[in-house]
Amino acid sequence: MRYLPKSDAERQSMLREIGSSSIDDLFSSIPAEYRLARDLDIPRQMGESEIVDFFKKAAAQNANGYVSFLGAGAYRHYRPVVIDALVQRGEFLTSYTPYQPEITQGTLQAIFEFQTMICELTGMDIANASMYDGSTGAAEAVMMAVRVTGRSGALVAKTVHPEYREVLATYAQHQNIDKQVLAYGEDGRVDLKALDAALTDQSACVLVQSPNFFGVVEDIPAIAEIAHKKGALLIVSIAEAVSLGAVRPPREADIVSMESQSFGVALSYGGPYCGVIAAKEKYLRQMPGRLAGQTVDKDGTRGFVLTLSTREQHIRREKATSNICTNQALVALMATIFMSVYGKEGIRELALHNLAKAQYASQVLSQNGAKLLFAGTPRFHEFVLLTDEPTDTINTRLLDDKIIGGLSLQRFYPELGNASLWCATELTTREQIDQTAKLLAGSHSTQPTLVHA
Amino acid sequence: MATTPETTEQGSTFTGNRQKVAAHLTQNEPLLFEKSSPGKRGYRLPPLDVPEADAAKLLGDAARTEAPELPELSEIEIIRHFTRLSTWNYAIDLGMYPLGSCTMKYNPRVNEFVSRLEGIAEAHPYQPESLSQGALQVLHTLEKALIEITGMDTITLQPAAGAHGEFTGILLTRAYHESKGNPRRKVLIPDSAHGTNPATAAVCGYQVENLRSNQHGMVDIDQLAKQVDDQTAALMLTNPSTIGVFEAEIHKIADVLHSKGALLYMDGANMNALCGKTRPGDFGVDVMHLNLHKTFSTPHGGGGPGSGPVACKKILEPFLPTPVVRENADGTLRLDYDRPHSVGRVRMFYGNFGMFVRALAYILANGPDGLRQTTEDAVLNANYIRKKLEGYYELPYKTPSMHEVVFSDKKQQARGIKTGDIAKRLIDYGFHPYTVSFPLIVPGALMIEPTESESKEELDLFIDAMQQIAREVEENPLLVLQAPHATRVKRMDETAAARKPILRWKGAPSREPLTVDTAAKEW
Amino acid sequence: MDYPAAYKYTKEHEWIELNGKWGKVGITDYAQNSLGDIVFVDLPKVGSSVEKGKVFGSVESVKAVSDLYSPVSGKVTAVNDDLTASPEKINTDAHGAWIMKVEVSDSADANDLLSKDAYETYIKEETH
Repeated sequence: MRYLPKSDAERQSMLREIGSSSIDDLFSSIPAEYRLARDLDIPRQMGESEIVDFFKKAAAQNANGYVSFLGAGAYRHYRPVVIDALVQRGEFLTSYTPYQPEITQGTLQAIFEFQTMICELTGMDIANASMYDGSTGAAEAVMMAVRVTGRSGALVAKTVHPEYREVLATYAQHQNIDKQVLAYGEDGRVDLKALDAALTDQSACVLVQSPNFFGVVEDIPAIAEIAHKKGALLIVSIAEAVSLGAVRPPREADIVSMESQSFGVALSYGGPYCGVIAAKEKYLRQMPGRLAGQTVDKDGTRGFVLTLSTREQHIRREKATSNICTNQALVALMATIFMSVYGKEGIRELALHNLAKAQYASQVLSQNGAKLLFAGTPRFHEFVLLTDEPTDTINTRLLDDKIIGGLSLQRFYPELGNASLWCATELTTREQIDQTAKLLAGSHSTQPTLVHA
Repeated sequence: MATTPETTEQGSTFTGNRQKVAAHLTQNEPLLFEKSSPGKRGYRLPPLDVPEADAAKLLGDAARTEAPELPELSEIEIIRHFTRLSTWNYAIDLGMYPLGSCTMKYNPRVNEFVSRLEGIAEAHPYQPESLSQGALQVLHTLEKALIEITGMDTITLQPAAGAHGEFTGILLTRAYHESKGNPRRKVLIPDSAHGTNPATAAVCGYQVENLRSNQHGMVDIDQLAKQVDDQTAALMLTNPSTIGVFEAEIHKIADVLHSKGALLYMDGANMNALCGKTRPGDFGVDVMHLNLHKTFSTPHGGGGPGSGPVACKKILEPFLPTPVVRENADGTLRLDYDRPHSVGRVRMFYGNFGMFVRALAYILANGPDGLRQTTEDAVLNANYIRKKLEGYYELPYKTPSMHEVVFSDKKQQARGIKTGDIAKRLIDYGFHPYTVSFPLIVPGALMIEPTESESKEELDLFIDAMQQIAREVEENPLLVLQAPHATRVKRMDETAAARKPILRWKGAPSREPLTVDTAAKEW
Repeated sequence: MDYPAAYKYTKEHEWIELNGKWGKVGITDYAQNSLGDIVFVDLPKVGSSVEKGKVFGSVESVKAVSDLYSPVSGKVTAVNDDLTASPEKINTDAHGAWIMKVEVSDSADANDLLSKDAYETYIKEETH
């Protein structure tokens, strides 16, 4: 086996030094009846070229060379090549959690830079070293709000990514968290009146997403005011990090949970991605996950360490703020490199390109009968189209021309009828949009009958 | 080979002969923000082919008016910055990383290569199933392999890490008990367990009941029988245990639990000791998680991403998270969302797919013979270290070791040297330290897991280093107490970091190293 | 270290200075010494009730958390806010750096607490 650095002669000599006659001696503590006396029934050992072939074949069975208008929590942005060049350095790739700061300053300084940039982007005071992803991050943020407030109610906007809400439901079920879904209004945003009516003195938090699942930007200051009036915390979930180049940061929020996949992370059929929680400084002690902090060594030289680890499971065990242990360090590093490539000006320019492409696409695609929903509300780079034909029919037609159309909302929002969610990014070209518009023609919309949640 | 003698405040006392390393210059590198200057850029977008967007008009009040203070740098500076930082890290690619319980094995490069193939890296999670058959095939093939390796009946790949897998496994356990009419109240956890175990049980709404280990560091069957009752949902057991010992009476443990209707959960952190040699499903485990970043060679990446599949017996199948991969009559694959008894989703989409690709590549590279040889070598290496060091360090449990060996600092404590000091001195010898002060049942623990990836030469260097440190402790304890000496930074002031946390850069650019005072002021 | 004779002690290493129904609670020098540098004190809320033998807060060092157990039952009348900014005061002056003041609800609560001598004997045994 080519990964094993030993000859059989060396194995034998080591066994002799140990004083064992055979390798099976070392497994004698496993009761004989449970020792596997046969080969595992898995594929035989392959050569490297066969492994590459195996995955090339698999890759060929996936979409290749398609134009795509899919977004919905996983976004196709250009990934600068320096990211992969750097994260494949063995010192980053094959290192572990920086428990020994003297020999992990590289990882620690990069985390500190990540935390700083996330604070700058989100308008929060503090940020952690990362969470698994946006969905679990949002759930952890809700549990954090419950700890901070000592209350048990969570109001969750229906415009939060449906899969985030499903994950939250799983997390909340045994935490005595009383979850309530907030309807959206005709503008595709949280219904502020419904929010006001739903809040009680037992509401720990309001969870909204902005831009929300429909691509619409929520009115964060208004939501914050209503939530804070009742002593509830506002959690803003951000699924599209690039939006922060053009959309104002949710400064009024108490906790921000962000998915950073857009920052240079491959789509990779849904993961690994990279969540992060940022918050107001006063909630520091209730923050889950790892934190890098600045300090000095005994000679006074600046350096970084993992800090405030008493919040974590390896010390506090069943009283920890979360059971999270491993996070997404390497993916956070990708995001850190991405943010430094684009920088202060670039992140804005990139966001404006996305805004422009989506603006153009939403206009062109809604010209031939398809109707643009929530048309008057500010949007970032996603929009909902309502069509006469079912989305699946349209999408099947588009596939013939190697175009993957918008995501059917049938599964998540059946009340919207033949609605689909479309996304355009800086990688979407005018030509692609124009061609898609042509193919969409022939599908005509009916007036929507909005059934609210 | 270069040797670097050290001088300390003590005179002519023993200083080790460090065979593995020599002094080496590294570059200084400030924070990105301290290198930034306006107008520099590391990107160029193509010209916009659609009309420009007026953010103020389109977004109104929601438009961002102040730009975030991200650094402004050119591409070469970014490359140098992160390359310089990388050189400050220790890594498996540089040498042995015997962090017990973490299984720091070689991360094969072909895994990285195949995970970046375009049809894999660019696959959108919502692309049509007809255009995702390759991705589903990867999921399905990995599932089948892991089910066979663990001897279980079914699996979910969705959990994002080990602790997330524990969470999922205990949710399944709870759903199972609920389906029987009573979720039950408590989860038993041995005192030798990882901290994630009790944290997980608590998150799932269970009371944690501590189970004391016997004098061999193993489960005390009589004690277990006393504590298990009809309110016990499960025992969360790590096997081999965190002291690297196989629970020889595992079948009795399973019987005690099953006789009261409780389940046996296995923390699969130590699966690297079992793969191809024995199967948890065969010895009575009902549900377990795997750490693909431990046993199956996906990179640790400085602390993630991980991946924590949960394998279980048929009785738990109805409760698996949605969706699950199913085969159609024509042999194609689909995602099945129609799971009325499911515990729900634990993560969006289908899990850390990129890690599945890598783990499968590892399994294919090994085959059944390779996996078995891997396990044998991992156990051989740990026992070799044990044999060579047991005269130098106290071995608190004499029970046979599997893939890791746990010593204590009892002998060195007599000279005022603790496990943490020995660990720091090991850095000077060119090794990453072992796991310090864990498991908790061994006071002053040195938990050493070499994995199969170490050659005899590397092991001998490590053993030599540990032996020399033991001698330094006797003859020159100050040298050990003040270690590391050869690193860029010395021991860090963790107390100051925790008392006055500085968690982000705030200051004006500074090229000078900060002193304690300025660090405090900055905060 | 001198353990004040006027204080009473718990086996969990808290001290209490009683003055009628008023009590002042802190942790002992032995406790601060075994914890190491204290970095954070989780104080109870003023006005909350504490129960004898039950947790009322915690102290943290870099690598450990220690729960604080109340020597008596009663109501918290004050907490030492200085410790929020300067938790190290417990390290430098454990027997002066009080954590909370309590209005004791039952004076009999103090009966089974350890005297200075009994506590000193107790910690000597614990060390061995």
